Amino acid sequence: MIQVEHLVKRFGEFTAVDDISFEVRRGEIFAFLGPNGAGKTTTIKMLTTLARPTSGTVEIDGLDPNGSSHEVRKRFGIVFQDPSLDGDLTAYENMELHGVLYHVPRKVRVERIEQLLRLFELWERGNQQVKLFSGGMKRRLEIARGLLHTPKILFLDEPTLGLDPQTRNQLWTQVKHLNQSEGVTVFLTTHYMDEADRVAQRIAVIDHGKIVAQGSPQELKQQTSRDSLEEAFLALTGSTIRDEAASSTDQMRQFGKLWGNRR
Amino acid sequence: MSVIYVLWLRELRRYVRSRTQIVASLGQPLLYLVVLGFGLGPVFQKAGQGSYLQFVAPGIIAMTVLFSSIFSGMGLLWDRQFGFLRETLVAPVPRIQVMLGRTLGAATVAMCQGLLVAIVCFVVGFRVADPRALPVALLFMALIACLFSALGTAIGSVLQNIQGFQLIMNFLVMPIFFLSGALYPLNNLPGVLSIVTRLDPLAYGVDGLRTALMGASQFGLAADGSVLVLVAMMLLFIGSYLFSKIQV
Repeated sequence: MIQVEHLVKRFGEFTAVDDISFEVRRGEIFAFLGPNGAGKTTTIKMLTTLARPTSGTVEIDGLDPNGSSHEVRKRFGIVFQDPSLDGDLTAYENMELHGVLYHVPRKVRVERIEQLLRLFELWERGNQQVKLFSGGMKRRLEIARGLLHTPKILFLDEPTLGLDPQTRNQLWTQVKHLNQSEGVTVFLTTHYMDEADRVAQRIAVIDHGKIVAQGSPQELKQQTSRDSLEEAFLALTGSTIRDEAASSTDQMRQFGKLWGNRR
Repeated sequence: MSVIYVLWLRELRRYVRSRTQIVASLGQPLLYLVVLGFGLGPVFQKAGQGSYLQFVAPGIIAMTVLFSSIFSGMGLLWDRQFGFLRETLVAPVPRIQVMLGRTLGAATVAMCQGLLVAIVCFVVGFRVADPRALPVALLFMALIACLFSALGTAIGSVLQNIQGFQLIMNFLVMPIFFLSGALYPLNNLPGVLSIVTRLDPLAYGVDGLRTALMGASQFGLAADGSVLVLVAMMLLFIGSYLFSKIQV
């Protein structure tokens, strides 16, 4: 379903993704793990037509995200790591806009929106502007929105960041359900190793832009002769803490706050 | 079609919901209108040009539409920083539709803002020469709005962050405004200035608007209209090209 070969992305001198190759098979749940700044999000951007690779090839369902970006966009859905909601619109309007963008027929759209908002316990607040929501509620809304249409591939970039165990559980139940009943291929990143261990069939570990290990959770544990995936992960990537430079987005948020732009 | 419609609707919803912003953005035109309108009035009168308030009001309406449409178009910058842009960019819809929805939304917002200022002008004492020409005035407002919303989108597609905003403001938007003849008549200007003003698309917008509202034309309505349509088409074309090239 996803074929990546010798993929490289450079920003000036800095190499964010350094010659990686992997494959995600149709209908599987694939976890892409790595410390902060390892190159996960950059890779997802290249897979989802948002950024051009410096070199190397990507194939999504046999198509090139750069050459046939429109066709590729028809095939996937995504829950971003960073917020991507419109704070001035209500929860319902955000869902509706998404439904129209993804060509979900009106009747299905209305039903699915209610169903998902209820599932993630946002239905009562559906007519409130999103900027009034708490962090957790916004996150839940993003996930509900990501599940509104049924794509062939679902990208989840750290979807459970900052969520309580109840919502996390709800999310993974939904994702597994989509995977089993609709055959949706899932590509996810997370920092919670227990989640990856539980839902993913195969895992790739990326560090400093390179893939350091690939295989099933079981294989990774055997390979490093550790009992848990967390320990295996630490054995593979070391225990140094990584810093990410403040992105321009963070700087902008500061700026926005300064000017009373509440989002 | 429905994609263009929902994105247009989004811009409108955001506009209607930002009431403080609506009121705040009326402050500047009101200041220009009252302070300049009454302050320069006596001098203008002595120069034999009639009432300055009557002269400057169409210019202030055009200014409002200019600022509002460029800023709405550049709302793209905020959407880029706050992530919503990505939501529309990964969607399986042609980017030209996303661009058109946004730009038409921005233009509509600018029209509303222009109409509000027009009402303020009437309250302050501005009077139209011939009410039958009002539809023509609306048409010119719409043309100005479309043209500069497209410019705003084009700029928003290229700029990476809000730091460039001041640059655009000082070296593009303000010159466009000051060279448009919104504040002073364009006839009998020194050589270089008269050439530069002819290159300013807003000059044709102001002239068209003033002709419709006051009946005195510099370039002629046909010329005004065709220049605006042509430049607007060009900017829409450039804007949609730049928008299609956005990487996040």
